[in-house]
Amino acid sequence: MAKSDQGKKKPKSSGPMIDDDSVWVLGTHMTKFGRYSDHDAVDLASTSAIAALQDGGVTIHDMDVFAAGTLFQASSGMAQQVQKQIGQTGIPAYNVSNACATGATALRTVMLSIKAGEADMGLAVGVEQMGKMGLLGGAGSKKEAKVFAPSGRYGAVTGTDGYIGTAGMPGVFAQAGMGYAYENDGVDFEQFAKVAYKNHLHSTLNPLAQYQKEFSLDEIMGAPVMSYPNTLLMCCPTGDGAAAAVLVSGERLKSMPKKVQKRAVKISASVLTSDPWTSSAQVQPDVNTLTRNAAAQAYEQAGVGPDDLDLVELHDCFATAELIHYDNLGLCEPGGAGDFIDSGAPFRDGRTPVNVSGGLISKGHPIGATGIANIYEVATHLRGEAGDRQVKGAKVGLAHVIGLGSACGVHILEKAA
Amino acid sequence: MTVKQVPLVDYLHIGARPYLKAKACTSCGARFFDRRIACGNCGAQEFQNVRVRNQGVVTAFTIVHRAAPGIPAPYVSAIIETDDGTSVRSNVVNCEPDPERVKLGMKVKLTTYSIGTDDEGTEAIAFGYEPA
Repeated sequence: MAKSDQGKKKPKSSGPMIDDDSVWVLGTHMTKFGRYSDHDAVDLASTSAIAALQDGGVTIHDMDVFAAGTLFQASSGMAQQVQKQIGQTGIPAYNVSNACATGATALRTVMLSIKAGEADMGLAVGVEQMGKMGLLGGAGSKKEAKVFAPSGRYGAVTGTDGYIGTAGMPGVFAQAGMGYAYENDGVDFEQFAKVAYKNHLHSTLNPLAQYQKEFSLDEIMGAPVMSYPNTLLMCCPTGDGAAAAVLVSGERLKSMPKKVQKRAVKISASVLTSDPWTSSAQVQPDVNTLTRNAAAQAYEQAGVGPDDLDLVELHDCFATAELIHYDNLGLCEPGGAGDFIDSGAPFRDGRTPVNVSGGLISKGHPIGATGIANIYEVATHLRGEAGDRQVKGAKVGLAHVIGLGSACGVHILEKAA
Repeated sequence: MTVKQVPLVDYLHIGARPYLKAKACTSCGARFFDRRIACGNCGAQEFQNVRVRNQGVVTAFTIVHRAAPGIPAPYVSAIIETDDGTSVRSNVVNCEPDPERVKLGMKVKLTTYSIGTDDEGTEAIAFGYEPA
């Protein structure tokens, strides 16, 4: 099982072993994901922030740093707007935007401030209010030009989406999955669909999920095709929601009551990667290489391997994406992602439960919130507080997000020893 | 009167023998289709124009049924690896948008087609790949 940081002496006490240099989740919260017509993003973020502070038994006055992540309201000054609701204490406030890795990047911003010694405690919140945005990525760009004149970095005379392949998210991730199928014989439509079957099934136990409805494999495969092989039930919805986490340094945590220490969850690894150059990524986002790099760094940092993971929350924006990340995160044999889902391993009662929250496909994907909501999910299981969906005896978990462009965040969390 | 034709994108060479033009980094060989300041792989700043081979294989595809407004669907979007190892994103044309017809590993070759004429009578020419 997991090893602690190298070479540090551990204090002898009945509480958990805490290194001064370590960083911990002290409190965390997520709103139910869904559609909030009577709340705006500031309401959602403020509600979640206060709840995370209360969960950690602290207040905004204890915070030394604050980061707020949102993608679609990136220029709105979300951090300062939330401060004006929950407490304007004058601390450094960061507005963070990093595609679908926005939440994870906000969390890391707080973590880095603590690691740098500027802060003992900090608050990260991620939020998005998307409403019914519809299809993301292909922006209906094929408006016929009145005059064909070259413009932009490709000298295009009119919109290219639909002429030069697809820029729509269901299609981009379908191609990512089909690329894996090309390289690894035997991955088929049904195996991709099983991922969605699993996540919809899991969601029935999560009261915070946007949708909590089981669908049969036939219903999933027979649903309207968005971008083959992704049907409507294999795509995450748009929605609204927020999630928050309070982080604390090990040094500060040591001075807190034992019962607070026992609920704290250690961040054993925190990694953010971007794309190394690959030939294929010039025309199709490469979601694999940077995930593999992030996973390798995270396992190294935490001193754990994929076999040590009791649960994984990974970025299943589409069913095709989840399947390839089994391989990218090393959860299965190389090339064996299809066999992995067939074996039942990623189901809640399987060897490596994946997305017991229902995943983005059912829990929802308010973009800025996602990279903290998965921290909430893993931390809640490690604390043994996940109710009906609790993964029994969970001690180590991994949270993964990827934003196109690309940015990948991987965090490994460990239960207080 | 001859109709004036323009390529949909500047990396498409049109005419009797159409082909795609890439900018190849003179230092590391990395290929790009967009306007470049420097090489994303090695950082060098010199490029030479190269002609991309017209033949290749489909290494990934999707059949888009729900497209953004104004885009006719279904259509086949694919990633092509050409015989000289260049990755290209393109539609697969002259092939039914059906998973029984489009196949991973399918051999394809470059073709061009008209996508319409503007108010000044200029015709835009797009590229696609068709089964070879």
